[in-house]
Amino acid sequence: MAFRLFASHLRRAVRSQFACHFRQNIGLVAPVTSRGISQQAEFDLSPFRYHLLDEVFPKTSVATRDEMLSYYRDMVTIRRMEDDSFALYRDKLIRGFLHLYNGQEACCVGMEASIRPDDEVITAYRAHGWTYTRGVPVKEIMAELTGRTGGCAKGKGGSMHMYAQNFYGGNGIVGAQVPLGAGIAFAIQYRGEDRICVALYGDGAANQGQVFEAFNMAKLWNLPVLFVVENNNFGMGTSAERASAVTAYYTRGDYIPGFQVNGMDVLAVKEATKWAADYCRSGKGPLLMELDTYRYYGHSMSDPGTSYRGREDVQTVRKRRDPIQSCKARILENDLATEDELKKIDKEIRTHVAEAKDFALSSPEPPLQELYSDIYYKEPTFKVRGGDVFTYGDSTPRTSTGLKSRAK
Amino acid sequence: MASQVLRRLLTRSLNKQLCVTERHASGFQFVPDTPDPKLGKTEKKNLYQAVTDALDIVLASDPTAVVFGEDVHFGGVFRCTVGLAQKYGKDRVFNTPLSEQGIAGFGIGLATAGATAIAEIQFADYVYPAFDQLVNEAAKYRYRSGNMFNCGRLTIRMPCGAVGHGAHYHSQSPEAYFAHTPGLKVVIPRSPIQTKGLLLASIRDNNPVVFMEPKVLYRLAEEQVPVADYEILLSTAEVIREGSDVTMVAWGKQLYVLHEVCDMAKDQLGVSCELIDLRTILPWDQDTVCKSVCKTGRLLVSHEAPLTQGFAAEVVSTVQAECFLHLEAPAARVCGWDTPFPHIFEPFYVPDKWRCFEAVKRITSY
Repeated sequence: MAFRLFASHLRRAVRSQFACHFRQNIGLVAPVTSRGISQQAEFDLSPFRYHLLDEVFPKTSVATRDEMLSYYRDMVTIRRMEDDSFALYRDKLIRGFLHLYNGQEACCVGMEASIRPDDEVITAYRAHGWTYTRGVPVKEIMAELTGRTGGCAKGKGGSMHMYAQNFYGGNGIVGAQVPLGAGIAFAIQYRGEDRICVALYGDGAANQGQVFEAFNMAKLWNLPVLFVVENNNFGMGTSAERASAVTAYYTRGDYIPGFQVNGMDVLAVKEATKWAADYCRSGKGPLLMELDTYRYYGHSMSDPGTSYRGREDVQTVRKRRDPIQSCKARILENDLATEDELKKIDKEIRTHVAEAKDFALSSPEPPLQELYSDIYYKEPTFKVRGGDVFTYGDSTPRTSTGLKSRAK
Repeated sequence: MASQVLRRLLTRSLNKQLCVTERHASGFQFVPDTPDPKLGKTEKKNLYQAVTDALDIVLASDPTAVVFGEDVHFGGVFRCTVGLAQKYGKDRVFNTPLSEQGIAGFGIGLATAGATAIAEIQFADYVYPAFDQLVNEAAKYRYRSGNMFNCGRLTIRMPCGAVGHGAHYHSQSPEAYFAHTPGLKVVIPRSPIQTKGLLLASIRDNNPVVFMEPKVLYRLAEEQVPVADYEILLSTAEVIREGSDVTMVAWGKQLYVLHEVCDMAKDQLGVSCELIDLRTILPWDQDTVCKSVCKTGRLLVSHEAPLTQGFAAEVVSTVQAECFLHLEAPAARVCGWDTPFPHIFEPFYVPDKWRCFEAVKRITSY
């Protein structure tokens, strides 16, 4: 730690002395402002793996100060939101299910940086991060978790079913969203638009038959779909090696070109997605992207997450590969911002999420009509059986049919 | 620091109280049975331990028996298979990948080839990818091959039913979908004693059985379960409470809701109710139910699954045909609403004791 400070001071001294560029093992230093803050830097990217593709991704990525700060801000917001949701669940203010995204923040933030807001996204139940990057305010996400009207699905969906413009959720059944993603891509192609659909699933879902059915349709009809495997190495309590004959998920598309990205490196994710989105958008067909990532918590709140992996394993990843820490290190080591600036951002986010939590707890519960609304189109002319408090779901006729009951 | 701890304690205790009040309306009280003394020594077990016990007996006595499903190796998400892998080896108790259709198809093949295949689907809500295999393959194997082949040695277990916070995909009761399939058997136990006996009978029955365990009872239901190897006959309903005025039919956890309604009816209306546990949904024991309705003249059927096309419809249709002249009132069905199982409205959705009691009032004053 002390050495780092010394080294950064040394670098600055040398820089100002010689006013020249020299390459470090973190990045190339750009011209420095008088305050000592850089406006951009170039970063080495973690290596990629390719299937049926040449080595098409760049080896480095240039990111501006604003971009890096926005990635940092988004990832910290997601982390904070998930941690607060964890606490709310523990206090039984969120019921049902909660699948937390801690550790995987770089996936959604990195990908969102390279797709358009009008591209479509569909994912599984570990969806809070994606709901946020797709534009839903934190308070609406948390209100959905607490099941209130302020929630993005009116409180009717909960953790696993959050939706937004160009975001098809939020799906509970494992793997079921992948053919849906292919269908959405077909609609885009049919309408002649240049958008793409990003269809995400996990390493557990990768063994579902319907995923391969979706692959076949996508390749056959050349659909603009980017299939993404968020491989966090565990399908609930089963490690990937014990569930899959082949764990190189990026190759499982067989005839679909694929690649593997370090899902903890937000810039690698961003660069890979940029190339992939252009590829799909230009009508070349589907791609399969694997994000090598990790989740710190268990599968859901009923899973401690340590009965099938050691606590030390989780701590090791937290220490060595945490996406937020590495983003922060990159920012600081390249003088894109000061530590104080980042601390200020952390504090702002903490306040922002706390306010969102208050909103989530004070938002009113949905009225009873919501129980039997939104089943079919054109309610309330359609009367749901048992749906109002006067018909108790039994078939006792309300008007006499003229038949008298037989007296004993 | 101290104030933080204090605040947390206070919030927790407040919330605990809130939780108790919220559950009150749709809560129920488990009523344990006394074991048959002829079966000898008993041990206190809950429902998931009764499942483990039954599987243990099968694995010990049948060398072809295998237990498989998602996460069963470490004991299963509901602890139904705890200790079995250690005892019998991972070639007999093993995990499958996350592929329900694969699990069902694989199980059918295994059973057809002569092994006792006991598959687990993690939640009944996830069984639908396996639906084609069960309905089109398992149910029709014996019929389409003229009895040359069959997959009778297949049993598929799955937790079903509302649990208080399950929402759309951890609360469903899909018995009606499978009851519509001749060739399958569908069994739903109500308690640990029943579970062990019915599960052993289902595994040994030479027909594919879908065995649905009410998940809310896994830990909650505790009884003195006989240690012996015993079976309960399939397709027999049990009259668990005798009465003379109203016949009530249900299965699984709903029976305990109706237990309370029986008491309420007796106290407040002076009505004596007969409570029948159907136990096997397909093929169901029509004789016991019809005999009871002929005695009482009134029928109430209750289940958590939605009203339209729920299994209550089948029971009521059959009873009205068989016992028409004995009926004093139209049969009542008190079921879940015709909506997807809700995320937050569960206390309003489930057929709680108040709705059932209201139905009893209506049919006795018809």
